[in-house]
Amino acid sequence: MRERAKSWVLSLLLLAVLLFAWHLASLPKASATAGMDPEYAKMMGLDKPKSDGLPTLSQMGATVWKQLSNPFYDGGSNDKGIGIQLAYSLGRVGLGFLLAALIAIPLGFVIGLSPMVHRALDPFIQVLKPISPLAWMPLALYTIKDSATSSIFVIFICSIWPMLINTAHGVSSVRREWLNVARTLEAGTMRTCFEVILPAAAPVILTGARISMGIAWLVIVAAEMLVGNLGVGYFVWNEWNNLSLANVIFAILVIGVVGMILDLLFGALQRAVTFVE
Amino acid sequence: MSLFKNPYDPNARLACTCGAHASQAAHEADAARLSERAIETAVLKALFPRDAERRRFLRAVGANTAMGAIASLFPLGALQAMAQEKGKLEKKDVKIGFIPITCATPLIMSLPLGFYEKQGLNVTLQKTAGWALIRDKVMNKEYDASHMLAPMPLAISLGVGSSALPMNVATIQNSNGQAITLAMKHKDKRDPKQWKGFKFAVPFEYSMHNFLLRYYLAEHGLDPDKDVQIRVVPPPEMVANLRADNLDGYLGPDPFNQRAVYDQIGFIHLLTKEIWDGHPCCSFGVRTEWVKENPNTFAAMYRAVLNAAAMAAGPENRTTIANAIAPANYLNQPVPVLEQVLTGKYADGLGNVKTVPNRIEFDPVPWNALGVWILTQMKRWGYVKGDVQYKSIVDQVYLMTDAKKRMKEEGIASPADMPKKIIVMGKPFDASKPEAYVQSFAIKKA
Repeated sequence: MRERAKSWVLSLLLLAVLLFAWHLASLPKASATAGMDPEYAKMMGLDKPKSDGLPTLSQMGATVWKQLSNPFYDGGSNDKGIGIQLAYSLGRVGLGFLLAALIAIPLGFVIGLSPMVHRALDPFIQVLKPISPLAWMPLALYTIKDSATSSIFVIFICSIWPMLINTAHGVSSVRREWLNVARTLEAGTMRTCFEVILPAAAPVILTGARISMGIAWLVIVAAEMLVGNLGVGYFVWNEWNNLSLANVIFAILVIGVVGMILDLLFGALQRAVTFVE
Repeated sequence: MSLFKNPYDPNARLACTCGAHASQAAHEADAARLSERAIETAVLKALFPRDAERRRFLRAVGANTAMGAIASLFPLGALQAMAQEKGKLEKKDVKIGFIPITCATPLIMSLPLGFYEKQGLNVTLQKTAGWALIRDKVMNKEYDASHMLAPMPLAISLGVGSSALPMNVATIQNSNGQAITLAMKHKDKRDPKQWKGFKFAVPFEYSMHNFLLRYYLAEHGLDPDKDVQIRVVPPPEMVANLRADNLDGYLGPDPFNQRAVYDQIGFIHLLTKEIWDGHPCCSFGVRTEWVKENPNTFAAMYRAVLNAAAMAAGPENRTTIANAIAPANYLNQPVPVLEQVLTGKYADGLGNVKTVPNRIEFDPVPWNALGVWILTQMKRWGYVKGDVQYKSIVDQVYLMTDAKKRMKEEGIASPADMPKKIIVMGKPFDASKPEAYVQSFAIKKA
């Protein structure tokens, strides 16, 4: 218990050091308006503190408070609160991920059960797996002809590989003895699949799903920055367009926190299906 | 606009929405005349690019004679009727794409200031991340119409840089309104001859920015393909790259020139107005097929944008417009920056306050010769090769021709091709001899 308390103190200390460094880095520079034509200074926006550049801690705090205090505001088709933006992104990620799971897990099963299919599909998997998901974007836009579907497709294509490979690996490495027991009990193929192989491979399959979800969350931000049209990535792009670093940093924090929550969720799921031999 | 004034202010006038009329009725009556005025103004300005000449002409012959003379070669009535004719809208919900820059002002301001609504249109403005995406979304039919760079509809129709799809230019969104911005460290290198090895950025290959920058460099003896680097960079990243010392300068759209000044990163070397006063920049593009399917909706959109352009043309409205388009939903920029761009009273980044009232102008008529000039530059720099059918391509794309066709059907004499004089850096351009123009340049790829 003492160890845990110590690590907490260390974490807080690190945070304090980080914030202090930020504070030093964002100290306001000496005013450059001395001897300047007041009209010119006003046009340069030097007559009041500026919001561009690295924000000070208090500006950052104000930004976070402003965004979080009203997360579901709707200021028109291009200006929505962070809550709505998150919902868009999570929706896309969820849909793409689900579609990928629907294909990757059954296919992974087949590959895992049949070494022949595995060898036949392996070259394709090896070539397609390392392709950056965003490289698919132009092709997707051109063929699917719809940007929302294209971004879901990009999530789909990036989440499919870890799940497929992990499922195949999990299924193929189920212990021989268990399969033999199932055979002696004259269990049917379906029954063997669902009652022996699936539970045995579940932890590995969920590891794949957890990796996929992590990648999908990474990719959606980049995809939305490219395609625009709402979502956390669009939020970053729109604030980047405004060169407002405070809002960009806020978005980065939100992306990090949401990614962590997603990972924790899958971690919990994984623990739920793991059994001790 | 009283919409943006404090109604509790005892000094505020609550007369009409724009504040210039005694009553709402007077405002509406005037607004109906706005599109007529827009066309008349555009025609007169085209015939007499210089104010002094126009005044002399009008004084000499009198306004009525002038009207008669111009109407005989240029059927104003028919153009106005076309802008006014109203039919049942085929489509009420219209999706329009835009890039958040001041070039799209008429298209954007039409929403917050209610110009679309007045035409019975329910418009969604969709902010888009880049020009290539605008092109793709128009081709995908996700957008009904879109803000485009003036050369884009020509390039798309030709199938240059994408597969071919017939496009139309309904109106020119803005003329002038761009600038060459250089990094602060180059404030002593104002002569382009010192720019060898510079890294420049433009927003898109098929853009006036690219063609004007190339033209400017070539006139100063620099080969834009060999002596400097020209990269395609999205406008907000231009400012960031300038700060990061990754670019020496850019010919970019506003507000990003003014934004570089506002953020003390760069200075405005020159406005593109000084290269070619009255050059077109962005356009309002539509798929030809869409226009055929939705002629009345198209006409309504056309009217809304014409009315907006007419309002934007008035210097007294520019502050109102800056306030209307600044919010996050549209440009997402500080109001002082937009105000400086639109009013033309701006800080240049070197300590001077400059006043250039026509820094950006809104002249909506898509003159064919503008399109021909764009094609000559596409030929000059090797974007299109071989024999270019300059006139027939532009006639298909720029809706000036559509107006002519309609007029012919009505039995009215069609307008002259291009009464406007095009002079780029002192060199006149004759739209009837495009190939000779291309060949007349010392530095070219064609």
